[in-house]
Amino acid sequence: MSTSYKPIHDEDFLGQGSDWSFDDLEHYEREIARIAGEFRLDTYPNQIEIITSEQMMDAYSSIGMPVGYSHWSFGKQFLSVEQAYKRGQMGLAYELVINSDPCIAYLMEENTLMMQILVMAHACHGHNSFFKGNYLFRAWTDASAIVDYLVFARRYVSECEERHGVEAVEQLLDACHALQNQGVDRYKRPSAISAEEEARRQQEREGYLQQQINTLWSTIPQLRTADAPGADGDAQGLNQRPRYPSEPQENLLYFIEKNAPLLAPWQREIVRIVRKLAQYFYPQRQTQVMNEGWATFWHYNIMHRLFNEKLIDEGVMLEFLQSHTAVVAQPGFDSPWYNGINPYALGFAMFTDIRRICTEPTEEDRAWFPEMAGSDWLDTVHFAMHNFKDESFIQQFLSPKVMRDMKFFALLDDDQDDMVEISAIHDERGYRRIREALSLQYSLGHREPDIQVWAANIHGDRSLVLRHERTQRRTLDDTLSPVMHYLHQLWGFPIVLEVVDNGEVVDTHHWPQNFG
Amino acid sequence: MSYFIDRRSNARHKSAVNRQRFLKRYQKHIKRAVEESVNRRSITDMERGEKVSIPGRDISEPVFRHGKGGRRTVVSPGNREFAEGDRMRRPHGGGGGGGSGEGSASNQGEGVDEFAFTLSRDEFLSFIFDGLELPHLERKQIADMAESRPVRAGLSRQGVPARMNIVRSMREAQARRIAMRAPIRRALCDAQKALEEEERKDPVLRHPGRLRELRDEIERLERRLEAVPFIDTYDLRYNHLTDQPQPSNKAVMFCVMDVSGSMTQNHKDIAKRFFLLLYLFLERDYERVELVFIRHHTSAREVDEEAFFYSRETGGTIVSSALHLLDEIIEARYPPAQWNLYVAQASDGDNWDDDSIQCRQILSDALMPRLQYYAYVEITPHAHQALWEEYTRVQDRYPERFAMRQIVQAGDIYPVFRELFKSRQSGQEAHS
Repeated sequence: MSTSYKPIHDEDFLGQGSDWSFDDLEHYEREIARIAGEFRLDTYPNQIEIITSEQMMDAYSSIGMPVGYSHWSFGKQFLSVEQAYKRGQMGLAYELVINSDPCIAYLMEENTLMMQILVMAHACHGHNSFFKGNYLFRAWTDASAIVDYLVFARRYVSECEERHGVEAVEQLLDACHALQNQGVDRYKRPSAISAEEEARRQQEREGYLQQQINTLWSTIPQLRTADAPGADGDAQGLNQRPRYPSEPQENLLYFIEKNAPLLAPWQREIVRIVRKLAQYFYPQRQTQVMNEGWATFWHYNIMHRLFNEKLIDEGVMLEFLQSHTAVVAQPGFDSPWYNGINPYALGFAMFTDIRRICTEPTEEDRAWFPEMAGSDWLDTVHFAMHNFKDESFIQQFLSPKVMRDMKFFALLDDDQDDMVEISAIHDERGYRRIREALSLQYSLGHREPDIQVWAANIHGDRSLVLRHERTQRRTLDDTLSPVMHYLHQLWGFPIVLEVVDNGEVVDTHHWPQNFG
Repeated sequence: MSYFIDRRSNARHKSAVNRQRFLKRYQKHIKRAVEESVNRRSITDMERGEKVSIPGRDISEPVFRHGKGGRRTVVSPGNREFAEGDRMRRPHGGGGGGGSGEGSASNQGEGVDEFAFTLSRDEFLSFIFDGLELPHLERKQIADMAESRPVRAGLSRQGVPARMNIVRSMREAQARRIAMRAPIRRALCDAQKALEEEERKDPVLRHPGRLRELRDEIERLERRLEAVPFIDTYDLRYNHLTDQPQPSNKAVMFCVMDVSGSMTQNHKDIAKRFFLLLYLFLERDYERVELVFIRHHTSAREVDEEAFFYSRETGGTIVSSALHLLDEIIEARYPPAQWNLYVAQASDGDNWDDDSIQCRQILSDALMPRLQYYAYVEITPHAHQALWEEYTRVQDRYPERFAMRQIVQAGDIYPVFRELFKSRQSGQEAHS
């Protein structure tokens, strides 16, 4: 920051001490909004809610959603949050903000005034503008519809619990949750609708869908000749029917919702609800570094502006710097505190570095980022925020300086080698390789196994064939059997999982295990 | 644009449902953990909640994911001495290797670690006493008004301002206003009509006196309309409360313990745990539980808790002395019509030779008819003596209300306790 701090007099300042009042909050929110406007942060309206720490734990455990259906796994989440909080292992939510329009942000009443200001800058303007601006959020989520949809989902699930029993619904949700990472469309864009509309359509869907399924699974023989089983006896090619589905389907939950033979209409609807929510969270899972980095970058800049304009005093500023430093701390891999790469630290470092490259480029920067060096920094950070996700953001913007500062190194771990190897470090030879590897590390497509629906045997035993496209010889974890078990519950007929490597089926898993 | 909402007064415990679902789903695990902890720990700690651990794998939520193995590159921060091409042994446990990249993918925190959480005190106790039932819980009716509770009883016209029922008062006021204004309005309407009629007439035909009269009348009526008060003391309604006598729901628990020389501190500790369990159990079902401690060697005395458990005595044992004292105390202070009476006795089984028969007589004839339940635990690894024999005969006579068990070591207490208080139905099944 190229600003100099002048000596100041405490009595000139509003922001003193740690107690806050609603007037304070409104005052600072106005000031922050003004500054954010100067930085061209375009946001949804903010709905800022003051809550207690207990309510924060509630909010935490319902994946941050203001309403949600009931499920034991949220209870488990709650218990572990509560445990960690009570033992003092974890400070509660630095902030909690929901991608909705208006954008809901939670402030804890226990926070000091500094914290409230910080959270407003971070969440209500940082995250909020990210939600509104980033292309993934724009394409995949509809901020104005989500709260409505959650209300619909909650009501629907509890109605099902009344009609069909808590246990039946719970089992179904367990099964759906196991598949929720495979419940997203990566390429199609969902349309958003309101809760009422959703409820009305849901009625229609029930009737229509069931009809479709019935047609698909119709037991009336179609052109079927029982005496043509073998390949050579099949002169008419009757057993050479096209595979169904004709293209592999990546969205398992969608496929199940539309095609599972035995599910009742209400079960299909619940599959749909889980799928919709998974889809809603999909952009967040892909933009962790960017999202946190963006919000941290802006709270840092906004706090400095507030300080320079003498709206907060030195005490508040010091308190802020202490807290900010803790947030962006990155312990080394060998530290007992190491818990992976801190997305706040990496994101903040990258956005800060983009600004530096624009305003004070070095020779190295000119070589690496010829177009960025010397450009308008505000344009550039906005461009980065709008058009990238973690994977591509790192690929495009991770600079040698950040790699040096973070002291990144890449470790190659190959199970066919009994030693591990340092494949690259933060030096001239390694920059590109580290950047490549780190980008891959944040790619969901690489991180999660690629499992798609290959075929549903609609004319025969109704089994469902999945294919796991194996990369880098990485096999599936032991969780495979329980997940196949859940899949079997949903599909109702045998499940086959074929492991494909380089176009060849190398391994096959069955559920039930004695099948096949 | 921003706005603030203060949600602090909203419901807490939004996750209570989810929490209960979780506890229900893992009932078996939690119960096992609770039982272990009861046996392991001192029961004085039971006033608190309990930390419970469940193996992480039992409650994990499986998803498709990569396992170990294969070829992978992991980028980590904080390099100090590595240079490109360095080779080293695979770090043990793989914490820094495979864990860093993959682990950060989910915040589910899976793994084989224990999943630990804290049960609240109430949840803890309800797990401890799950499936247990208090024998012969009775609500005793009492005639005197010592226990009464204010109960809503409609509305009244008198009361203190704090109990004013605003809605009803306003409704009364509105009704009164309508009723009082209606005739005035009607008259006003008539007068206005008459005035209009008069004014419509040809100016020559108008009667100036009549006009003035009507105008005065209208003015007077309007004043009267305004004078109808918005609210009147007559309208006020108050929530009425009456005192209703309550059936009493209280119990007294007598702890009777042998403190003769043969009872070691270890024996007493075991007995203490038993008493505490019983106390917690009673406390759950009764609004009020009083404790009376009677200790005895050759003579019995009522003492406070501290002296009961920790003061040392020596000498022989005459159990009947305690039973006599018990009888006297009941007679003097706890009329069975008002109190649920429970007795828990702990002893090592020693008694003065001739005394056991006397004990049986007091119990059978004087005490048992008045008591809710009598639980006797004998803390001894040795063979039973005369007292056990005589008590067996009491049990034969009162199989429903008299129970006795033997405890050898501290770990037996909880199972014995469960056996003594398991719910009646399962108890009967066990008998038949």
